[in-house]
Amino acid sequence: MSGVRVLVGTRKGAFILESDGKRKNWTVNGPHFAGWELYHLKGSPADPNRIYASQSSGWFGQMVQRSSDGGKTWETVGNKFVYEGVTGTHEWYDGTPHPWEFKRVWHLEPSLTDPDTVYAGVEDAAFFHTTDAGQTWRELPGLRNHGTGSKWMPGAGGLGLHTILLDPTNPKRIYIAISAAGAFRTDDGGATWKAINQGLRSQYIPDPTAEIGHCVHHMALHGSRPNTLFMQKHWDIMRTDNAGDLWTEVSGNLPTDFGFCIDVHAHEPETIYVVPIKSDSEHFPIGGKLRVWRSRTGGNEWEELSKGLPPDNCYVDVLRDAMAVDSLDSCGIYFGTTGGQVFVSPDSGDTWTSIVEHLPAVLSVEVQTLK
Amino acid sequence: MSTAIRVELPAHLRTLARVKGEVTIQVEGTPTQRTLLDALEAAYPPLLGTIRDHTTLQRRPFIRFFACQEDLSFESIDTPLPGPVLTGHEPFLVIGAIAGG
Repeated sequence: MSGVRVLVGTRKGAFILESDGKRKNWTVNGPHFAGWELYHLKGSPADPNRIYASQSSGWFGQMVQRSSDGGKTWETVGNKFVYEGVTGTHEWYDGTPHPWEFKRVWHLEPSLTDPDTVYAGVEDAAFFHTTDAGQTWRELPGLRNHGTGSKWMPGAGGLGLHTILLDPTNPKRIYIAISAAGAFRTDDGGATWKAINQGLRSQYIPDPTAEIGHCVHHMALHGSRPNTLFMQKHWDIMRTDNAGDLWTEVSGNLPTDFGFCIDVHAHEPETIYVVPIKSDSEHFPIGGKLRVWRSRTGGNEWEELSKGLPPDNCYVDVLRDAMAVDSLDSCGIYFGTTGGQVFVSPDSGDTWTSIVEHLPAVLSVEVQTLK
Repeated sequence: MSTAIRVELPAHLRTLARVKGEVTIQVEGTPTQRTLLDALEAAYPPLLGTIRDHTTLQRRPFIRFFACQEDLSFESIDTPLPGPVLTGHEPFLVIGAIAGG
């Protein structure tokens, strides 16, 4: 029987939520790694029992955990993330050069075909990978050595590489995004990278159309159209249909185009979801009304989704990696909030219910569809 | 010749190492912070990188080492550990610093 497993990373541990295909009744398992920050957990598309988790602490640093039984038991694997070669400097908040320093893993992206291969996006921004199921990690330094690397400046949350998108039709093509450097693409498996920020316009940098310096919050793609990407930038919803060579704004009628998360329907490549947030100085929904907005036209025309979501007094945020979709016939949409809520819509966003309401602040949500 | 050293770990590291309470570590040669942590990490590999940096071996900023009512955090890592720690009368404490509001 089909079902779903929702992997939730929070400020104080990981939780695993499971349900059958109806997505009505849920079991909640956790906290795993209680007291630690779980920036991200993700399952292998090639083996759903294989899950990787990024566990970190200001006291004890970075850990990586691996499960081979769907999250029932975990094994600590390698946590040595060392930059290749001369590390050099990037730009600090005050404009001075600052040495690259590893702080944490923001995002783990398992290979689409090999459960032992995983890509990791880290802070300070760099791209690592493992081919031995997490025992050892190696930087692919081409990204950090991009000619613009010394000019990258951290966003408010740090210089994090937070988004990794794998092209299912071309294993050599990978997209990543860094706050606040922008989006990049490799067409040779990570050896060399191209900044793909043309068309972005960011008023908070001296040259609003500069090659780098854009605070990209998140990106998403549909596997059937890997050249089409959707982006939630600091402000603006953007799309590209040529693999990032040129972006156009599709914010349309959204009440605010600030936000963090964005995702694409599992079966409708032009149906996308965002959670509009009031502004970069007020990180909560307008008027405390938590709403998802859906576009069935790939942007520009948006509809408000509210049925089952808090109508007022909900002053939470939805972070960049905290939205996901399942691939059941009736596509499920999920998101978690900094108020510890995890919501599900089993009908593509038409109606919503909360799975849990009082977890620690949710940092990430991923979904595994179990056949 | 090896020396048995009692080590107390903070709660999160006990969980990570899957131990309860104090652990006893056999240290070959002269017990110092360096040789003790080498032996501790060898006995409990999940602790690698959690107390000191993998490469520089520098103590993590929010970790402290106490023994015999003294803060040894700023001692040379090659200084021999205090006598009562060597004889087993006192444990070597790895402390997660109190930080936050």
